[in-house]
Amino acid sequence: MTTTKTAPPAMDLEAKLDLYRCQVELRQFEERAYDLFLENYVKGTSHLGIGQEAIAAGFAAAMKPTDWTFATYRGHNHTLARGVPMTPVLAELMGRTNGLMAGKGGSMHLTSVEHGVMGSYAIIGAHLPIACGAAWSAQYRGTDQVAVCFFGDGSVNIGAFHEALNFAAIWKLPVVFVCENNLWMEYTRTSEVTAVENPAADRAAAYGLESIIVDGNDVDAVFEVAATAIARARAGEGPSMIEAKTYRHGGHSRADPGKYRPDEEVAEWKAKDPIPRYHARLLDLGVAEEVLVKIVTEVAAAVDVATDEAKAGAIPGEDLLMKDVWADGGSSWRN
Amino acid sequence: MAQLTFREAIARGIAQEMRRDESVVFLGEDVGAAGGVFKGTVGLLEEFGGVRVRDTPISEQAILGAAMGASMTGLRPIAEIMFADFFAVCWDIVVNEIAKSRYMTNGQMTFPLVIRSGNGGGLRFGAQHSQSVENWAMMIPGLKVVVPSNALDVIGLMAASIRDDDPVIFLEEKALYSSKMEVPDGEILDQLGLAKVLRQGGDATVVALGNMVPKALLAAEELALAGIDCTVVDVRSLVPLDTATILREVSATGRLFTIEENPRLCGWGAELSSIVSEEAFYDLDGPIVRITTPHIPLPAADALEDLAIPSVERIVTTVTKSMNA
Repeated sequence: MTTTKTAPPAMDLEAKLDLYRCQVELRQFEERAYDLFLENYVKGTSHLGIGQEAIAAGFAAAMKPTDWTFATYRGHNHTLARGVPMTPVLAELMGRTNGLMAGKGGSMHLTSVEHGVMGSYAIIGAHLPIACGAAWSAQYRGTDQVAVCFFGDGSVNIGAFHEALNFAAIWKLPVVFVCENNLWMEYTRTSEVTAVENPAADRAAAYGLESIIVDGNDVDAVFEVAATAIARARAGEGPSMIEAKTYRHGGHSRADPGKYRPDEEVAEWKAKDPIPRYHARLLDLGVAEEVLVKIVTEVAAAVDVATDEAKAGAIPGEDLLMKDVWADGGSSWRN
Repeated sequence: MAQLTFREAIARGIAQEMRRDESVVFLGEDVGAAGGVFKGTVGLLEEFGGVRVRDTPISEQAILGAAMGASMTGLRPIAEIMFADFFAVCWDIVVNEIAKSRYMTNGQMTFPLVIRSGNGGGLRFGAQHSQSVENWAMMIPGLKVVVPSNALDVIGLMAASIRDDDPVIFLEEKALYSSKMEVPDGEILDQLGLAKVLRQGGDATVVALGNMVPKALLAAEELALAGIDCTVVDVRSLVPLDTATILREVSATGRLFTIEENPRLCGWGAELSSIVSEEAFYDLDGPIVRITTPHIPLPAADALEDLAIPSVERIVTTVTKSMNA
């Protein structure tokens, strides 16, 4: 197996500030989404990505606009990181017509084809083969597009994961698999139900792939492995599997306070929170504190604006209910 | 004109569309070098090459996931699920992903793909390689379901399915693969959602699908000798469903018999009888009668399988009894 060893492009300070801004935006968005749950503006369920922002930000920065993201039901971060504005995402969570899918998909299915976000999938593991299909299409059509497929550590024990890895390897597809290992598979510690220590990386070898583990709470490190893997895929050298170690600060979903996790573990990981870490690093690089504070303030104002805009959206009606089952825009199954 | 078997018609239909559209690709287990386990895809690899006709591992989720991902990004894949029974191992991709994603994304995505599969019994393969799954597919919003009953329809409906912008489940009746008919040369293109009246009679309307169509026609010949003149309608496409033709033909005779290979519960005939009851009740002169496989897994022994699947004899007896009641 050959591996591309070319160094990823060095990031200038401007780009690093963008990475910081992106992470701050994801964090503040999720916090607002949580508040809007408590106010009953957001119904149903939602799976927040608080604590895991560095992975979404680092990968999005390494992707071209024409590349594809395949996300899971914990997909707010990945959708926003690709440049989808906050208002339609928040409005989608609130079930409004100005939502990304006019309220027809909801929190777990965020999709913006225009931004390369090719769906958020709520059946564990199902989107790995789908990402392979997009990658196959890029390969067949001779475009240089790459599919980046994010999934949680809970996905590694389902059949579709293994089918997809083998498939990607034998067809040498331009796909990058990214396991966001937050240590907990819903309410169960992943290590208690998984035969290997590193749930994704330790399986990579079985499919002829290099085992790559990265600190998922270090956005620079994530960017580096992302840029390398994506370049490799783009060059026709085949798929990669990256396991990013991270942690979700909250529970699995809205209904879960996450009490099954030891306090010390939560505290340990909160100390490794990617955003304060990056804040400190940027200060070390000579960025003025006020520059970073300004970013936080600007994002906060933008989240407020998005909240107001989302709340102002209309409630969807019957016209949307019967629309777009079929490509002709309708839902008729008989004459 | 040429004599063509049902299995040769599969390859001809696919080849016709692959020649006219570079975005049509084909994948599945043993479809290329082996030409398909039912020899339905012989010659495709040779004509179109390994880039467009691709053998896959035994990974049904990967096959259909790949078809879905390819279709949402500009290709028109045809995927084969060798036996329709195997849909059970990849049904998530079909039902939760392919069928729902256009609706969930408010029309952002389109999935022009065809999933072909060998369907139904009659070959003594036992319960895991013989079942009819048209009723599974029909009940899922977002799937079109096509079941041709002869070689000519295979070509025309295959072409229509490939050109359709929605996902189509294309069920090939295994018992019909060897059947033959004269098929004209040149391009053949049919239309989804169009039932065909194959025989016109004044006494009863017999509606059949797939492998049950030739049996319904044979039964109609016998029934005619006994003085019961039947209309025979080939449904051909369950979704979209040509209710206009069926309602018209049922109203004309006042009787409806459905001939279904699927097990009894929730077969397509149940939906049809509901539609006819609601919309043509006052045109009916007698009860709607469904002739189906009993609600059992299909047995392997030839004697038992023949008892299970509706036969010409069972159709004749059931229709006669009901018409004379």
